[in-house]
Order: sequence, then structure tokens, then C-alpha cells
Amino acid sequence: MAFIWTVAWRLMREGRFQTVLILAGVTIGVAVVVYITAIVNGLQGNIIDKTLSTQAHIVLKPREDVNRRLLSLPEGEVMSAVETRTQRENTIENWAGSLAAVRTLPEVEAAAVMASGPGFALKGGVKKSVVLMGVELEDYLKIVALESKLKAGRLRLDAGSVMIGSELARELGLKPGDRLRLVAATGTADSFLVTAVLDFGLKDLSRRWVLLPLRGAQSLLGYRRDVSEIYIKTFDLFQANTIADVASARTGLDADSWQETNTQLVTALRSQSASSNMIKVFVTLAVALGIASVLVVSVVQKQREIGILRAMGTPASRIRAVFLLQGAIYGLVGSLGGSALGALLAKGFTRLALNSDGTPLFPVVVTPSLFIITAVIATLAGVLAAWAPARRAAMLDPVEAIRG
Amino acid sequence: MAEVLQLKDIRRSYGGGRAPLVEVLHGINLALVEGEFSALTGPSGSGKSTLLNIMGLLEQPSSGELLIAGETAVGLSDAARTRLRNLYLGFIFQFHHLLPAFSALENVMMPVFAGKGRVGPDDKARAAMLLERVGLAEHSYKMPVQLSGGQQQRVAIVRALMARPRLVLADEPTGNLDTQTAADAFALMREINREDGVTFLLVTHDARLADTCDRQIRLVDGILLR
Ligand SMILES: Nc1ncnc2c1ncn2[C@@H]1O[C@H](COP(=O)(O)OP(=O)(O)O)[C@@H](O)[C@H]1O
Ligand SMILES: [Mg+2]
Repeated sequence: MAFIWTVAWRLMREGRFQTVLILAGVTIGVAVVVYITAIVNGLQGNIIDKTLSTQAHIVLKPREDVNRRLLSLPEGEVMSAVETRTQRENTIENWAGSLAAVRTLPEVEAAAVMASGPGFALKGGVKKSVVLMGVELEDYLKIVALESKLKAGRLRLDAGSVMIGSELARELGLKPGDRLRLVAATGTADSFLVTAVLDFGLKDLSRRWVLLPLRGAQSLLGYRRDVSEIYIKTFDLFQANTIADVASARTGLDADSWQETNTQLVTALRSQSASSNMIKVFVTLAVALGIASVLVVSVVQKQREIGILRAMGTPASRIRAVFLLQGAIYGLVGSLGGSALGALLAKGFTRLALNSDGTPLFPVVVTPSLFIITAVIATLAGVLAAWAPARRAAMLDPVEAIRG
Repeated sequence: MAEVLQLKDIRRSYGGGRAPLVEVLHGINLALVEGEFSALTGPSGSGKSTLLNIMGLLEQPSSGELLIAGETAVGLSDAARTRLRNLYLGFIFQFHHLLPAFSALENVMMPVFAGKGRVGPDDKARAAMLLERVGLAEHSYKMPVQLSGGQQQRVAIVRALMARPRLVLADEPTGNLDTQTAADAFALMREINREDGVTFLLVTHDARLADTCDRQIRLVDGILLR
């Protein structure tokens, strides 16, 4: 140990200029990796948060009616098309059992029912097309956090009251305390008291979403006691896909995970991750090659010293360890500096990239685990990069070095 | 008297493959006895360094037998030869070859450091004692570049003694020094040989110095002259 550390340190100190240059190189490389990771993680987390702030992770719906083929075809013949049929207004009748079944799943954090359907909001002769969404507010709030979206009024859904989007409120000139008429597609209508105005984050949602008590929606939409969907929030949102399958199997309902309903977003995030991973791999490769080339040069420069050490009885393995250690030190020390620099750059980014109101575009995610993983990978890369030079140093013929 | 080193019909060829095969040592038979102070002389290119490197287990003979302190040292792995080298042999080179990144004291300790992987207070005390013995106590913490040629060679001489070798091999150890400094270094080695009983074999071109040795071994064209 002592020999390896001492000799590695002295060699690095002797080649001061090279040592400083390669440490700077590793630092910059690691900083780029940390910076990109922090930015991409922050950005993606933010996009997912925003997208899912108004969505359930999983939505259970009644089974779709499908046309089954009645003809069985002889081998080799292909049916040209199976028409999809128009879906009836379809509801979940005995939802209490399904809801209870879903809630017992350990991966499920919360579940709520929803009775939704199309309708119109009327006020002073103006008629706007809306989505009527009947919910048990207490349950629904566990799925979709509305507290931060509240613009005016209070989060309350007593019988006969509604919470509406901010765009709809603007278009109809409504504020909490006002009344409006809601008409379902069936023609049933009723008058409601506005208790809250909400900004759902997307204009289209704020224009169309109307939250009302479950019972009110059921009678307006003519669903009797039925609901149209069960909303599920999972503990691990990236598991939603697999949990959806489980929930579907348990309930006999169709299950859509957020990944399925947001395929474009998921694809975009995936390709962003892929390209940032690509950058990280190439930066790591460049860093490793830098370390390797510095060590190759060092082995050639220190040929004579290595020869003397070998002549004096230093085992080849100990010489190899000296150079592997140098690689590890370059990787580790560079990654510590690089982590600090990368985190600093990422924090600086949040100062520069601002919303119009002066808040950061999105929070940058810098976690201790990012530093630890980076340090481990950089150290391993350093050791791997040192492999060939270390081998070369260990195999050096002492006679060559001494004769010269 | 015990034999520290025995060579039996040692041959060494270079080349082969594309280059012509040239035999440099043509069957060397030699024994070095404990406590001997011998000079190896011969014209340039006669194979002295090659012979010394073979004795020092730095180079393998093409054929022949080699025993160090009674242990056979031919056909061993690199690790085994390294161990024998560290255990029994000390080296002094023509160009001093101190390690520039280490102080005089650290250079002296290096054979133990290299062999064991660490040094203790005892080793440090021994190194300091050795430096003191050659009058370099106050230069212990200087780096090699801060020392004169003669001082560097004295450090190199005591470094060879650090791991208590049975045999010290010196290839033209004074070849690079002026006459007076060379004579001083030579006298120092002679003194160590007399006081500690360490066996020395040194290559030299200086006939006067060679004459003062216990024994002269002459190598011409790869053959020992009796
Ligand atoms: N690695 C080698 N490859 C080929 N020939 C060598 C090699 N080393 C030494 N020789 C040759 O061996 C002969 C003896 O060299 P050397 O032992 O250095 O002689 P000396 O030390 O007596 O001057 C010389 O002719 C030299 O050219
Ligand atoms: Mg020579």
C-alpha cells in the first residue's frame, strides 16, 4: 500500500504539468456529464410532474366492445378488415368491488371514481361545451392535487355546487358565489353554485373541465349509480404500465396507464434520455482516453525509474498497481471537482433560464447519488484507462532501461 | 568458504528470427566466494554488462546454470527472480540512477520499500545510519539534483547495501566520476567489503583500481581468461 501510494503520488507530482492538465480535462468532462444529467433530470421530472398534475397514473374504463370475427378462414387467406364498432355509452355498474380490489394492491397509493360525460355550461344566454366530471372530492384530491391550482374560492363540493376552470369562468363572467346552469347531452339540466375557480395549467382544460359532486353528475348524465372511470395513483409512476395490467386483470376493466395516454411525451423523453446518455458515454470515453494517453506518456518518460525500481526488487504487480492507482486518482479527484463544477453550472442555469415571472423554468435535480455514481464510474473509467499503460509498465524490461 | 554465486557454462545469444543469432557469452564458468572483492575487466563489447545482468537476474541466459546462495536461479518466473534479487543482490550503476522524485534518504530505503511494500522506523534508522557512515547525514532530505556527482554515487552505494545483500554488483560504478572522486568511491566500497564482509563484483576499466582487488576476472570476446 504505502509503496504504491507514495510512488504514484511522487510520479504525479513530478509530472506536475501533465497531472494538472489531465485533472482539468477529467473535471470538465465530469462537469459536462453532471450538468447534463441535472438539467435533463430536472426538465423531465418537471414535464412529467406538469403532465401528471391533472392526470391519473392509471385510468380504468369499461371494456370496449369489439367486433369478433365470425368467419374462420382457411389457411393462407387473410381477412382484409375488421370494422371497429361505435361504442355505446358505457359505464361501470358494480364499481365498489373494483375500487376496493384496486385499493388493496400494494403499489396503489390512492384510487377514486369519476362519472364524466359531455355537457354544456350556460350563463346569460352564452353556451359553452364542457366536460362534466363527477367526483368524490376527498378521494379525487388524493389523485390530483388541486390546492395549487385554486385561483379563487374554496375547494368544496357540497351538493349543488361546482368547481370550474379559470377560462370558463372568464368566458362566462363567473366568480365564486355565482350560479350557472349545466346541461347534459341527454337534455337533463340543473343549476349549480360556483365554489371555486381553478387553473388546470392548460388552457383547454381550464376552458372545459367542470368538477361537480358524484351524485349530481350521475343524475345529470343519466348514469344511475354507475361511474365511467376509476382513477388510480401509483407510488412509483414509472411502474404504472405494469400495475395497469394487474389492475385490469383484477377488475376485468380496461386499464390505460399514463404512458399509454401520453405516448408522444414518453417517446420524446426516451429519445432525450437516449441522446443525453450518448453524450455521457462519449464524454466518459474521451476522459478515459485522455487518462490513458497521459499514462502512456508517463510510462515512457519514467522508463528508467521503473527499470531501477524493478532491478531493486519491485515486483511487476506492484509497478502495475502504481499506474492503476494513478488512473483511479485521476478519475476520482477529477470527478469530485467535476461534480462541484457541474452542480454549480446547473444552479447557474436556473438563474439564467427564467419564466416571465422570474421563477426558474424548472428545478434542477442534483442529488448525492448523482455524485456518488459519477465518482464510482469516473474512478472505474480511470482504472480501466490505466490498464494498458500499467501493463506496459509492468512488462518493461529493466535491462533496456538501465543500459540506455 | 561458501560460494555466493556460481555460473556453469553460461551462454547468451542475441538476435534470432530475422536478425542473425550472435552469441555474446560463450560458456562462462565462475564462482564468487563470500567476502571476495573482485574486478571484472575487459574491452568494451566483450560482454561484461551482459554477464553482470545475468548474475543480477535481470536477464536470462540462453543456456547454463546459475546458483545464488545455493538456490538455482534459472528458469524461474519473473516474480521468483524478483524475490531473489531483492533478497540477495544489490546494484550500483554507472549513471548513479537515483530516483529523482525521492530524497537521498528515501532513495537509500528504496530496496526495502520496493521489496516489502512499506518501510518501518527500523528501516529509516538503518538508512540514516548508512548515510551518516558515508558522511551525508546532513544531506538526507536533499533531492538527487541537489547533490554532486560524488555524493550521488555514495548514496547509490549505500542504497545497494540497504537490504543487506550477499552480493553487490557494480557496473562501471566510477566510470562517470573524476579520478579523485572515483578513487574515494572505490575506497568506500572496499571499506564496506572489509568491515561488513559483503561480496563485491565490479566492472572497471581502471587497471590501477583493479590491481587493488582480491581477484581480477578478465573477459575477452565472451570468454573468461584465466
Ligand atoms: N539487447 C541486445 N541485443 C543485441 N545485442 C546486444 C544486446 N545487448 C548487448 N548486446 C551485444 O552484446 C555484446 C556485449 O555487450 P555488453 O555486455 O554491453 O558489453 P560490455 O558491457 O562489455 O561493453 C555487444 O556486442 C553488444 O552489442
Ligand atoms: Mg557495459
